[in-house]
Amino acid sequence: MSILNLFIIVPLLTVGGILLTRDLKQSRLVSAIGMGIQMILSFVLVYLYLHERAAGNMATMLFTYDALWFPTLNIHYALGVDGISVAMIALTGIVVFAGIFASWKMTYLPREFFISLIILASGVFGFFISVDLFTMFLFYELAVIPMYLLIGIWGSGPKEYSAMKLTLMLMAGSAMLMVGILGIYFFSAPNGHLTFNLMEISKIKIPLEMQRFLFPFTFVGFGILGALFPFHTWSPDGHASAPTAVSMLHAGVLMKLGGYGAFRVAIFLMPEAAHEQAWIFLILTSISVVYGAFSAAVQNDLKYINAYSSVSHCGLVLFAVLMMNQTAMNGAIVQMISHGLMTALFFALIGMIYGRTHTRIIQEMGGLMKVIPFLGVVYVIAGLASLGLPGFSGFVAEMIIFTGAFQHVDLFHRVITIMAASSIVITAVYILRVVGLLLMGPIKNDHFLHLDDAKWYERISTITLVLAITAIGVAPFWLTNMINYSLAPIVEKLAAIQITSLF
Amino acid sequence: MNFSDILTMRHELMLTVLALVVLIIDLNLHNRDKHYIIPITLALFFIHTVVGFLPAEKSVLFGGMYQTKPLLVMMKNILNVGVLIILLQSVTWLKKEENREKISEYFILLFSTLIGMYFMISSGDFLMFYLGLELATIPIAALAAYTHHNTKSAEAGIKLLLTSALSSGILLFGISLIYGATGSIYFDTVTELYKNSPMQVLAFIFFFTGMAFKISLVPFHLWTADVYEGAPINVTSYLSVISKGAAAFILIILMFTVFNKIAPIYNHILYLIAVLTMTVGNLFALRQKNMKRFLAFSSIAQAGFILLGILGGNVLGMTSVIYFVLVYIFSNLGAFGVVSAISTVTGKESMDDYDGLYATNPKLSLLMMLALFSLAGIPPVAGFFGKFFLFASAASAGYYWLVFIAVLNATISLYYYLLVVKAMFINKNETPLAYFKSDLATRTGLVLAGLGIFILGFWSQIYEVINNLSFGLIH
Repeated sequence: MSILNLFIIVPLLTVGGILLTRDLKQSRLVSAIGMGIQMILSFVLVYLYLHERAAGNMATMLFTYDALWFPTLNIHYALGVDGISVAMIALTGIVVFAGIFASWKMTYLPREFFISLIILASGVFGFFISVDLFTMFLFYELAVIPMYLLIGIWGSGPKEYSAMKLTLMLMAGSAMLMVGILGIYFFSAPNGHLTFNLMEISKIKIPLEMQRFLFPFTFVGFGILGALFPFHTWSPDGHASAPTAVSMLHAGVLMKLGGYGAFRVAIFLMPEAAHEQAWIFLILTSISVVYGAFSAAVQNDLKYINAYSSVSHCGLVLFAVLMMNQTAMNGAIVQMISHGLMTALFFALIGMIYGRTHTRIIQEMGGLMKVIPFLGVVYVIAGLASLGLPGFSGFVAEMIIFTGAFQHVDLFHRVITIMAASSIVITAVYILRVVGLLLMGPIKNDHFLHLDDAKWYERISTITLVLAITAIGVAPFWLTNMINYSLAPIVEKLAAIQITSLF
Repeated sequence: MNFSDILTMRHELMLTVLALVVLIIDLNLHNRDKHYIIPITLALFFIHTVVGFLPAEKSVLFGGMYQTKPLLVMMKNILNVGVLIILLQSVTWLKKEENREKISEYFILLFSTLIGMYFMISSGDFLMFYLGLELATIPIAALAAYTHHNTKSAEAGIKLLLTSALSSGILLFGISLIYGATGSIYFDTVTELYKNSPMQVLAFIFFFTGMAFKISLVPFHLWTADVYEGAPINVTSYLSVISKGAAAFILIILMFTVFNKIAPIYNHILYLIAVLTMTVGNLFALRQKNMKRFLAFSSIAQAGFILLGILGGNVLGMTSVIYFVLVYIFSNLGAFGVVSAISTVTGKESMDDYDGLYATNPKLSLLMMLALFSLAGIPPVAGFFGKFFLFASAASAGYYWLVFIAVLNATISLYYYLLVVKAMFINKNETPLAYFKSDLATRTGLVLAGLGIFILGFWSQIYEVINNLSFGLIH
């Protein structure tokens, strides 16, 4: 038995435990314990992983576990992690844990809420530990579908519309993905033995014509979840309507499935087509980056601001992935983790502020720093991290991405990098605008004079995330080293290709 | 032919005896004791289902008219399990005062059609096939008109009768052309002689049209919605699940054996009809408010997915179609079971009546949600696996665009399935349907369906068994 199985078993046990509980107090306690164990497990995994690497274990995937599931189709329940997935699992562990504490006061149907939330989380964990395309796809859909209930039942505003839009767009994405995965499967064995195993498929070359056909399906399929322009429209509505913990999980973790899948499946398995078609998607992603940032700058609803900022930041992930060199891809992974933590922190804070002021419109608030200093300060920290201040994770990620992107010497890549980099300035605009209107200035509403500052469970939620952001910002090397080691085989495969791109 | 040969027909023989026993018991019971028929028949049918699972051997009877193989026995068993669940779900409804005098009719008619399906599946020539098909169809028309004092039910009966007469005529014309073109009605001989001469292609088209009526493929689906809405709910679920499943089984067998040589020609037809069936079925389902009509149109769309497996044209296709039908039986019976339970107790069948159902009847709502997710193909329930393998078989033959259209259709279908989920879980309602407790039989039926929805997917063994059996049939 590999330790990775626990990442599926613990959530299942937690769901079973919640079924036995009766009210909010019991179910949130069980969820907190379960997800606490899960978070500790993910830290243990990081430790074990580093330990194995230090001991000289050179295998690409560690802690592998393989059980034959459907023998005739050669479908396996196959698990394994490398440095990248370990990092993503640690991120998920932290965000889910913080998410449970952010929904400490979920009074309406609490059991159902926590069960849906944990099923979503187990889908995400399962996705990151799978090395078999079939199980990966299964977990991917498993992570998407609880969103409908979570937003539809516990959301706010036009929640039914948003929930339906989100679910259908993501499912349309998985429709494209299905075609891509089946295509890869039927061309996975020149000698006859078809396989869904990522590592085995990566050893062979899928015929170029098929790659040209399948790559867009696979990349866009994952790209929809990664908010690729013009398929990003589910994201702002979905995030704005979702309850706090769901926004945290969705922007923080679920959108990362898109970026992760885009390079783990689309680019890794079909590098030739990726090189040929990268320019199209580079243009689209840089539109995501800049357009998302501009949209965020004109919104008045806190959640919409953050949702569009997520479009921009996740666009940057896909942008970096498409640069296809070691530095940029490393940056993409760091950006995924950094953005996951930051945006989860943002959504948690927005939920806490909304819970006190009952409005999310920034013009109606002001001077909140004076009445709720703890939340105010944390908001500023999150904002500064988001706009890339050195010392926080955002700076590390963006620095690496743009350095990597600029390593391409041709005009097209240079120009597009400069365009994308302009988003840093726009990010500063919308972050400082919010901080100014929301936290500084006079208090506009007398009701706000008596607001309580953060409760203990809210502090747990936020401090966990702030610590993680600062840790990466101050000492990024352990993370980047871990990622670099695992990126090496992918980058080698990419570098071995004769570049025939248009640019 | 000796005695042990006859025993290979045990499905048909046992069910015939069972139907007769029910008839005799009915004759000897006083009117007020009629309801004893229900537990007796259920017990007998349960035994029949269990005995059906005993190992079976390959054999041919009546000079090749009747044949049986492990695969065919498997198909019959799948139908048996489905019928058992339907019988359990119809107990409450049968016990109603208005049905008291015709309880045995329900069972006898139902068993007659099931015998017809057995013969259809086991047929070795077109004559036996046609006899089985008719036996499987005509009693259903009587069943659809079971509550004949209700105009809609009577209308459903007559509509079903007329359309099936028409489709049988077309089918029979196709068979006569096949006979004219090959000089034989035996499947084996026809298989050898079938080439792609124009007459043979024409014969196939007529034959296929007749079958398309039975499986309700677009554009031969128009009878479906009215019949499904008018017939009593349990008959509707029998029609849309068992009847359709049996027709799909025999269709795929014939396509893969008798008509195999004209596959390059019929693939074009199937491609077009698959796209039409999925899309039209889905688009009509979007607008339905009556749960029975809603499930009727969704089952039209599901029939379109089955064609994808036939297009695959290999063992994978064969296996995935049978596996899909198995999963489809359980998922659809889960959904129909809930609709039936609610309709029997409260008489409500509209989607609006389901608003806020979760607050009062959480277990029914959860089962309904799982069944709908399974129909939509959402993991981790069985429907996901069924759909994935069907799509895989179409992709194995290179129909990637068709797979894309199909998965997009699955997404559209998710929309209207979610509408029901939304009604149950999200919509607010001042006066939701009151809490009610179903009786033991209904609950057993629902639990069986629910278990199937959960287990069938993860339990890969079932898929492997079907696959091994299918391997014998094709090449």
